[in-house]
Amino acid sequence: MSTPTWKNPIVQWVDHRLPIVTFLDHAIVKYPTPRNLNYWWNFGSLAGLILVIMIGTGIILAMSYTPHTSMAFDSVERIMRDVNYGWLIRYLHMNGGSMFFIAVYIHIFRGMYYGSYKEPRELLWIIGIFIFFAMMSTAFLGYVLPWGQMSFWGATVITNLFSIIPFFGESIVQWLWGGFSIDNPTLNKFYSLHYLMPFVIFALVFVHLWALHTHKSSNPLGIEVKGDEDEIPFHPYYTAKDAYGVGLFLIFFLGFTFFAPNFFGEPDNYIEANPLVTPTHIVPEWYFLPFYAILRAVPDNFVDVWGILPVIISAKAAGVIAMFASILLLLVLPWLDTSKVRSAKFRPTYFWLFWLFVIDTIILGFMGAKPAEGTFLLIGRLATAYYFLHLVIFIPLVGKFEKTKPLPESISAAVTAGGSDAKEGS
Amino acid sequence: MFKKILIVAFVFALFSSINAGPLQAAEGAAHPASQEWTTDGLFGFFDRKQLKRGWQVYSEICASCHSVRLVYYRHLEEIGFSPDEVKKIAAEAEVAAGPNEDGETHNDGELIVRPGKPFDKIVSPYPNDLAARAANAGALPPDLSLMTKARKNGANYLHALLTGYKEAPADFKLTEDMNYNPYFPGSQIAMGEPLSDDGVEYADGTKATVDQMSKDITAFLVWAAEPELEERKRMGVKVMLFLIIFTAMLYAVKRQVWAKLH
Ligand code: HEC
Ligand code: HEM
Repeated sequence: MSTPTWKNPIVQWVDHRLPIVTFLDHAIVKYPTPRNLNYWWNFGSLAGLILVIMIGTGIILAMSYTPHTSMAFDSVERIMRDVNYGWLIRYLHMNGGSMFFIAVYIHIFRGMYYGSYKEPRELLWIIGIFIFFAMMSTAFLGYVLPWGQMSFWGATVITNLFSIIPFFGESIVQWLWGGFSIDNPTLNKFYSLHYLMPFVIFALVFVHLWALHTHKSSNPLGIEVKGDEDEIPFHPYYTAKDAYGVGLFLIFFLGFTFFAPNFFGEPDNYIEANPLVTPTHIVPEWYFLPFYAILRAVPDNFVDVWGILPVIISAKAAGVIAMFASILLLLVLPWLDTSKVRSAKFRPTYFWLFWLFVIDTIILGFMGAKPAEGTFLLIGRLATAYYFLHLVIFIPLVGKFEKTKPLPESISAAVTAGGSDAKEGS
Repeated sequence: MFKKILIVAFVFALFSSINAGPLQAAEGAAHPASQEWTTDGLFGFFDRKQLKRGWQVYSEICASCHSVRLVYYRHLEEIGFSPDEVKKIAAEAEVAAGPNEDGETHNDGELIVRPGKPFDKIVSPYPNDLAARAANAGALPPDLSLMTKARKNGANYLHALLTGYKEAPADFKLTEDMNYNPYFPGSQIAMGEPLSDDGVEYADGTKATVDQMSKDITAFLVWAAEPELEERKRMGVKVMLFLIIFTAMLYAVKRQVWAKLH
């Protein structure tokens, strides 16, 4: 790649010493992109935008927030009432968290539907799951900061999960707490980590994009780019398309922020934390609900039935392991999926499995919000079983036995031949 | 086509799942009826006259047991009191202000008490939770400054609670010192019915029925919990209008750019 010459002498001077302009030119201007990406491909750049919004609003919040158990709740209320536009900054940050997860969940399901995780994009996918993991910890830590009832009791439930780790569990929990219960040292620690984690995410996003730009975007047809006629430069095509997506997204995001800012929240978190009063139902933020359902789904006698390592694994431990496994399994999805064909467009059986899986996670979400008893628990258990069944049994098998539809010649052939695929690109 | 339908169904399902929330703490409690509030909707606003009446209900009735510790006297200017009126309201309260300008306390170490000023927090009825419980047969009257945000369906719930006191059904076992109220979780509440017709004499001449007072105090508490509500919604309407036009333009640009391709 030759370094282009730039007309502007200052740009030329800088670029000769630090080829940042050339880099940007390659990365977001000339960057060759499949011509048929549909709107599901907008959510990656949206997630990036939200990350920037979260860091921006977070840093402003940090200027007026006090991480002390006796002052945290009131300091957030001071931000809401006395800091100029503090309510706006805080509501942006609060709803931005939910938006982040909406964007990333759609982004992940997009990857599953179109088989974006397959060779040669396995690492890209794995880094994505790391980002998801880092996001979950960031959001969990942040939710503790306003020191409401759900902050406190959510933190209690989640930190206690670590106690199941053999031998070191107790000490790890005490280290997390910075003492023998959740108290001021815990809040301080969580604040420090909540400030740190977004920058870890930022670094991971950078690596994610590095991997992306190595093999470029996949596309709705899931076939390789065969030549120049299959590609268009990122600018102006996808910059224009992404900008339109940002407009739509902002209407959605700011609609909640201005008109229903507490829609995604729990009323209980407007009651200051009180270690002596346990809320009737402890529920995490909505984006954790499917995993919360899996956590609580494992029956107490699960271990007796299976009789595996009964000394180390208690019922609670089995629940925690199931919950972590549900995420960790996604890391090996590229190898669980045996199909050569990427896109669900050409995989008639997988198409249905995909949507069943989506519905299954939504059911899990519902059950995570309900008390773990009676019918709710039963449904939660069945949905949990299906979750694992899908990933561990159905995905490997369907790739072996499915009769896939014929793939188009090339992207440009499919697009110019007309039909629905052509429209999706526009 | 079929796929599109599935996708739409998915989005709907997602939203209802978000909305599902936990089973209300008020399981088994009666469902509060929806009232009309001026603060509802895209163009929600504060009815200043109503808020002033609400303040009257708060200060003459609720303030003997409940604090609104996040609200300052100066904030009352926002609901239509003049600076002089606020000064007068504040001065009626006694503030335990600590040492005076010369660093003196009383000889016995008691704090010096002075009349309230606009910059003071609205004075709480009890110095601490223990004192509050001691005066209320062991029950704690919670702070009301965030009450409408701290309960599901806050405003409607509050109105239902305040107007919902009833004779307990014959088969209901009411604990001593408790009052029957089907809207409260468990249907019995330690707070006695606080409102009765003509419990206050409204300065603006409005007839003080229980329903009226309940609506006024609730509107006041909505303001206390979300004093930014009016400004937020006004700004929101402008931002939305801008975004809709701007996004339409971005769509046109996108169409224009992509038209070259086909
Ligand atoms: C005589 C003291 C007293 C007065 C006067 C009083 N309350 Fe209460 N209030 C209480 C007590 C005590 C509780 C706690 C009840 C319980 O936990 O069972 C309470 C609870 C409440 C609750 C919380 C209900 C819940 O969901 O937890 C609200 C809201 C409330 N009061 C509003 C008011 C309003 C509005 C007024 C004025 C019209 C008022 N109260 C006047 C003593 C009082
Ligand atoms: C990955 C990006 C981030 C996510 C997902 C995130 C998430 C959250 C969440 C869910 C809350 C609780 C909101 C509430 O209920 O009140 C919160 C609070 C907070 N966050 Fe973040 N955050 C992010 C980045 C940051 C950054 C970079 C900072 C800068 C220091 C920051 C500072 C704060 C502060 C001070 C609070 C407490 C104030 C409040 O509760 O509103 N956040 N965060």
